[in-house]
This record gives sequence, structure tokens and C-alpha cells, in this order.
Amino acid sequence: MDVYLPIANLSVNGLIIVLLGGVTGLLSGMFGVGGGFLTTPLLIFYGIPPTVAAASAATQVTGASVSGAIYQHKRGGIDFQIGAVMVGGGIIGTGIGALLFNLLTALGQIDVAISILYVVVLGSVGVIMAREAIPELFGGRLAKLGKTPVKRRHHPLVANLPLRWRFYRSGLYISPLAPLLLGMAVGMLTMLMGIGGGFLLVPAMLYVLGMSANVVVGTSLFQILFTTIATTMMHALTTNAVDVVLAALLLLGSVSGAQIGARFASDVRPELLRFILAMLVLMIAIRMAVGLTYRPEEIFTVVPL
Amino acid sequence: MTGRGRLVLRIAALLGIFACTTAQRDPILVPEVSQHEVVVRQGFTGADLLLYGAVLQPDGTRASKDASYDIIVVLKGPSQPITLREKRRRLGMWINADSASFRSAPSFYALASSRPLDDITDEKTRAIYELGLDWLQLSPIGGIDQQQQDHFAAGLVQKRVASGLYRQDESGVTISQNVLYQARIPLPSSVITGNYTAETFALDKGRVVASATSDILVAKRGFERSVEVYSQDDPVIYGLIAVILSVSMGWIAGRLFANG
Repeated sequence: MDVYLPIANLSVNGLIIVLLGGVTGLLSGMFGVGGGFLTTPLLIFYGIPPTVAAASAATQVTGASVSGAIYQHKRGGIDFQIGAVMVGGGIIGTGIGALLFNLLTALGQIDVAISILYVVVLGSVGVIMAREAIPELFGGRLAKLGKTPVKRRHHPLVANLPLRWRFYRSGLYISPLAPLLLGMAVGMLTMLMGIGGGFLLVPAMLYVLGMSANVVVGTSLFQILFTTIATTMMHALTTNAVDVVLAALLLLGSVSGAQIGARFASDVRPELLRFILAMLVLMIAIRMAVGLTYRPEEIFTVVPL
Repeated sequence: MTGRGRLVLRIAALLGIFACTTAQRDPILVPEVSQHEVVVRQGFTGADLLLYGAVLQPDGTRASKDASYDIIVVLKGPSQPITLREKRRRLGMWINADSASFRSAPSFYALASSRPLDDITDEKTRAIYELGLDWLQLSPIGGIDQQQQDHFAAGLVQKRVASGLYRQDESGVTISQNVLYQARIPLPSSVITGNYTAETFALDKGRVVASATSDILVAKRGFERSVEVYSQDDPVIYGLIAVILSVSMGWIAGRLFANG
């Protein structure tokens, strides 16, 4: 099924794009992440221009997080107060991301920068996740016994920030600058990499901010939903790279995949899920690293003046 | 068969007109293109253009077998100003290093000829008429030395040949009975829209003795055109549409699942 993408300016096999969306949707249903980290690189490997890939993947992540966010809202799993601060930071972050995007494009290093970001961000997250998942998976009880249950509220750096607010649902009395900065960082990455940032947000909210676990997933979905909306708007306004046809195809796959994934997730051991996710993240990071260090097939790139 | 029949009739009619009106020493060249408009819309996977026509001696007779004309057809897309960047290995990574800018790089260039270009004509003629990928007039911007310029021009050609945007087929023109010629030129789906020109050259003993141009419009139509125009002219509304699309698709899927 050939589909012509009017913004990417080329013809693709629509079924492959829907399937690709389906795979990322499956992941998002299983792991509660948006799957943007998988969509963007796969679209680039398929031959979609990197900017169009990142912009349209962000649009897809919006759709992938809607039903999760609604579900979390119903069960009271969203702290709107801290969520709003993070979204505010996210919007500032997308603005900074847009400036960086233009700067790097002008320098001619945008594609290299995106690849390096992928290697660094996914590589470190993947290693951390794998280090946690492997003992859990293979050393089951042994690891649990060995772990000393140190309960730390939040990172000392967070406690040192000025100005303190009460966030009741998260059970926190911290500076709003901490979630604002976190939101900003993730917003910037969303703009540059086309990722929602769920796999960064959840651990950061748990271990850095010290939010109570029952609002972490809901609030991260809330943040992702609105930050990716802001990213879509920012791309539409600055890079003109949002391809609605591409986004619609990805969405078609991902929203259905997400529902299947959610069913899968309840049947599989959570340690195994985390392990598979860690391996996937590492695979993408390694593939990107290989792309950077091996002689590329195409030495030349053409950009309009 | 009927298409071919029509083709021959059309050429015959055109030839008649030309034979009556031209009385110069130049040969009579009557070029035609299979379609003057290529519509890019849903399902577009590229197009095959047929460039065909007839060439006759000045007196309206057919060239003899050993004195037949050589035919070169060139299809050119709109020229664009571009920057070309070259990756180099730095700190173990392949990153963009040197760059060069050109004011007029054709977005598409396809040449077909009846014989190898080297056999048809000399380099001077090829340079004048931009015949061949080695002779594209790219108009470099800024002062870069000739060697560097050639290096980047070669890089551009190599890249675009790989993606099907540039091609040179030195046996792409078939001439039947020393009168009718035809060449098939494929347009890939990644062609940009705009005005394309099809140039036909008739050469005799290495000299261009007749040439003619015709225009081909490559344009997006319908939905594809609206999407492109909207994204440029009304980015706010376009962005909102994309957001509404993704939110509603996600929401509907959630509802369907909840009910099912």
C-alpha cells in the first residue's frame, strides 16, 4: 500500500508505517512509555528526513498517552499541581529546544546532535535500567534480601533549591523549581529527539523528586501529553515538519497496539518487562553509536539554502 | 497499439506544419512529451515520462542510415540554492565538516542519449549545453578553489544518482528508421514540485544543429496540496489539526477498548 507523505515529500509503504506504529504502541501499552524513542530512529532508518521523523513522532506520542492519562485521571493518579508546573517547564523546554534546533541546523550539525543525544540519553538510561532489571530477573529473592531498604525522600540537590511549595497529592514540600527544571529538560529532549520522555520522567520523579509512587505514572503521562502537544505546535510553527499523513498512519498502529500491549502486560512478569525494555533501549543506543562511528554510506548531505 | 497509432499521427501532422513553414538549413526537430503535467497526490510512487519526437533533414527527407542525427534529451527540474555538507571522521565520529554552497543545483536532472556522449560530441559543446552530469552549472557561492568545487559537485551527483534524482543513460534514446526517437525517463516519488523543462538536442558531427524545449509541470493537487499549503501558511491551525487528530484517535481507541 503506497502512501505519499506530503511534507516528507516521498512515497512510503503505508503498512510498514502502521506496523511500526503498532510496535511502538505495543511497547507503550506494555511499559507505559510513549515509544517515541523507538519511532524516531526507526523512521530515520526507513528514510524519512530526521526533522519530519522527530516532529511526527511527537504527534504520535500525544495520541499514545491520551487513553492512559484519562485512565489515570479517573483513578486519581494525577497530581495536577506538580503536573502543571512540569508542563510549564516543558513548554519553556520546547522553546529552548526550538532555538537549539535552529542553531544546530544553521551549524549543519542537527543530525549528528540528534544521534549523539540518542546515544548518551538512551545509553545511560538503558544501562541503569539493565543494572536494576538483571538482578531482579535472575537473582529474584537473593537480590531482594541483599537490598537495604534505604528510604530517601528526595535528592539532596532538590532540597537545596530556594522557595518551597506544598504538593499534597505527591506528598511533597519542595521547591517548584525542581519539577520545573525537570519538565524543561524533558521538553527540550522531546523537541530534539521526538521522544515523550516517559522512561526518563518516571525514575526522575521517583528518585530525584521523591514523589509518592501512586501518582508518578499518571503525572508523567499528564506531562507527556501536554509537552508533546506543545512540541507539535512548536514544530508546526518553526520547522514546518509535522506530516499529518505520517502521524495519522503511526497513530493508527500505535493506538491499537497500545490496547493490545496493555493486555499483554498483565500476563507477563514485570521484571521481565523491565528487562526487555532495557535491552530495547540499549539496542537503539548501540545502533545509533554504530551509525556515528562507522563510515556512513552517504558522506554528503544536501540542505536547502 | 492505439496510443502508438495516435502518436504517429500527431507527429505526422506536426511534421507537415514544420515542413511547410521552415525553409532554413537546420534539420527539423519535432519533440513531444507524453504528459505536460505530472500530478503528485495520494498513491504517487513516481512517474515514467516518455520524451519522443521526430527529426528530419532540412529538406524534409529522412536522414540516410550513415548520416543520421544523434539525439540527446535532458529533463531538468527547478534549480535550488543548496548547501552541501561532507562528513569527516572527528574524535571517532562521523560529523559534518566541510561544506560548499551552490546557487543553482538542479533538483532533478536526467539525460538520455542515443550513443555514449564521448562519441557524440566534444567537451566544449557539452559544457556549453550542460550535457551530462559532469557539466552541470551549479554556480558555487563564495570563493572555493576549483579542486574543492569539483569534489563537492561530484559528491552531489553521486548522492543524487543514488536517490534517483540524477541519471545519465547513454543508450536511453532509441531512434527508429532514422526519424522517430524516444526516451523513457523515470521520475522518483521524491521529486520536488515546480516547472520542469525537457530539452531535446539534435547533433550532427558533434555540433548541435537543432534544439527545442517543452515544459512539464509537476504539481501537488487536492489533499496533498492543501496539506503543504496549510502547513506553510497557517501553521497554528495546521498544528492544532495535528493535535486534535492525535488526541481524538487516542481517545477513540481508549473508548473502543473500554467497551469491547
